[in-house]
Amino acid sequence: MSYSQTKTQSRVGYQAGVKEYKLTYYTPDYTPKDTDILAAFRVTPQPGVPPEEAGAAVAAESSTGTWTTVWTDLLTDMDRYKGRCYDIEPVAGEDNQYICYVAYPLDLFEEGSVTNLLTSIVGNVFGFKALRALRLEDLRIPVAYLKTFQGPPHGIQVERDKLNKYGRPLLGCTIKPKLGLSAKNYGRAVYECLRGGLDFTKDDENINSQPFMRWRDRFLFVAEAIKKAQAETGEIKGHYLNCTAGTCEEMMKRAEFAKELEMPIIMHDYLTGGFTANTTLARWCRDNGMLLHIHRAMHAVIDRQKNHGMHFRTLAKCLRMSGGDHIHTGTVVGKLEGERGITMGFVDLLRENYVEQDMSRGIYFTQDWASMPGVMAVASGGIHVWHMPALVEIFGDDSVLQFGGGTLGHPWGNAPGATANRVALEACIEARNAGRDLGREGNDILREASKWSPELAIACETWKEIKFEFEAMDTV
Amino acid sequence: MKTLPKERRYETLSYLPPLTDAQISRQIQYILEKGYIAAIEFNESSDPTEFYWSMWKLPLFSARSTQEVLSEIQACRSEYSNCFIRVVGFDNVKQCQILSFIVHKPNTSRF
Repeated sequence: MSYSQTKTQSRVGYQAGVKEYKLTYYTPDYTPKDTDILAAFRVTPQPGVPPEEAGAAVAAESSTGTWTTVWTDLLTDMDRYKGRCYDIEPVAGEDNQYICYVAYPLDLFEEGSVTNLLTSIVGNVFGFKALRALRLEDLRIPVAYLKTFQGPPHGIQVERDKLNKYGRPLLGCTIKPKLGLSAKNYGRAVYECLRGGLDFTKDDENINSQPFMRWRDRFLFVAEAIKKAQAETGEIKGHYLNCTAGTCEEMMKRAEFAKELEMPIIMHDYLTGGFTANTTLARWCRDNGMLLHIHRAMHAVIDRQKNHGMHFRTLAKCLRMSGGDHIHTGTVVGKLEGERGITMGFVDLLRENYVEQDMSRGIYFTQDWASMPGVMAVASGGIHVWHMPALVEIFGDDSVLQFGGGTLGHPWGNAPGATANRVALEACIEARNAGRDLGREGNDILREASKWSPELAIACETWKEIKFEFEAMDTV
Repeated sequence: MKTLPKERRYETLSYLPPLTDAQISRQIQYILEKGYIAAIEFNESSDPTEFYWSMWKLPLFSARSTQEVLSEIQACRSEYSNCFIRVVGFDNVKQCQILSFIVHKPNTSRF
């Protein structure tokens, strides 16, 4: 009784039939243990279902429960294994939405398996009839469970040391058009970007191994491009070689070939590829000194609806556990201010070692990462030089800023486009360190650098200047 | 339209015009304000895979003013004018190197 805090089974024997979930799984007096995995669910019950029953049903269906009682329940110690709905809070401004907090005992999950964790917590329960909608908002992973995961192959600091790049965000670019280039033409585009000053180029997520460009040909020409750009500029270069494939064996084959070519970084699409494949690849990457860039295709299918699915912060936490050195987080710029707080909340969860609960940023639980390496945040899509001051201000140094169209769309081509971005970045870093305010003086800083950098001057003419309001922050 | 010339680079801040001593001093100020430890390194080659450059003395643990760091840069420049010289910053809380920028290239008077 004292260890589990609840007592479910009586000595009266087996009673067949359907029992209300809340009798077993709603335990408002329970104090979560340090080793419990905690989940915050946004629950929208069907009309007529009370919140306690809905919350208890979530706890039950994601742990030990079935719709009816079974005699074999009596052969187990339910109090050791059952999930418990220990708190319910109505969502302000919604008439039938509740945040239900559920605690799961550590023994429910296999060590080192994100796959098993998700199969339980976001499994069958999401199709449960008594609920109109269900969304996993956040997870608290206890240190005891975290320590069974390897996490990112290298992490932010080791990546910087390997690449010899310090004190600034890294610069990247996705090669376009994403479909149709031959391997040799593709390598040309890579070389031009890298020699102009980018640190990385990237395979688009849908580039795997298609008839117009088979993976091995791409790897070979890209390796040539990297070596040439590196010899020419005297800086370390990389290209995210996409190893995502139809089978794990094929994925590993591509990873091994990248290693054979002495490439510094490869790439995986962790949601379409799956957590098991991702974790396998991440472990291989640590064993073989390979950095791992993670793409997140399919995330919007899971995280876009406000009332159903999973919030991206939970997918981000799962990635940090499964392993990856970079992950896409969105760009923030151009979106609503409210989303800035939420985005930076999960960026902190990716990069920091200890993150305090902060409801204004959507962080439901304090998370201690117990020295697990951090993941670099990748901001990519629809950004150009004029966004640079805001991006540096928002994301700070431990990020990869990826300008696709913003590099390749430069009127003079990839190399000058890359230089324009690198000059803009370094001008911002120099100014920030010298004490200037990027929020207010960002545009002036770029205009000053345009005076001596013709590449930047043309880029600044090509794309439109933008103004950011950094004030209104409390609209989350 | 212009073709981008081939040019050697030296990582962070090397895409800007050579920093003046006044600019270097502001970057050092940033290192000191953040509580990082400044150090000076020099090397004959700037090959990117050569991770270790020779240290100029020890990291400047006790430096409190930018002038102290600048004078060490100056001394290193006069003794090793044929070398590349960079300033790095260490964070002993994160236990790693946090920044680096070039302050001298071989056989140039100011830079």
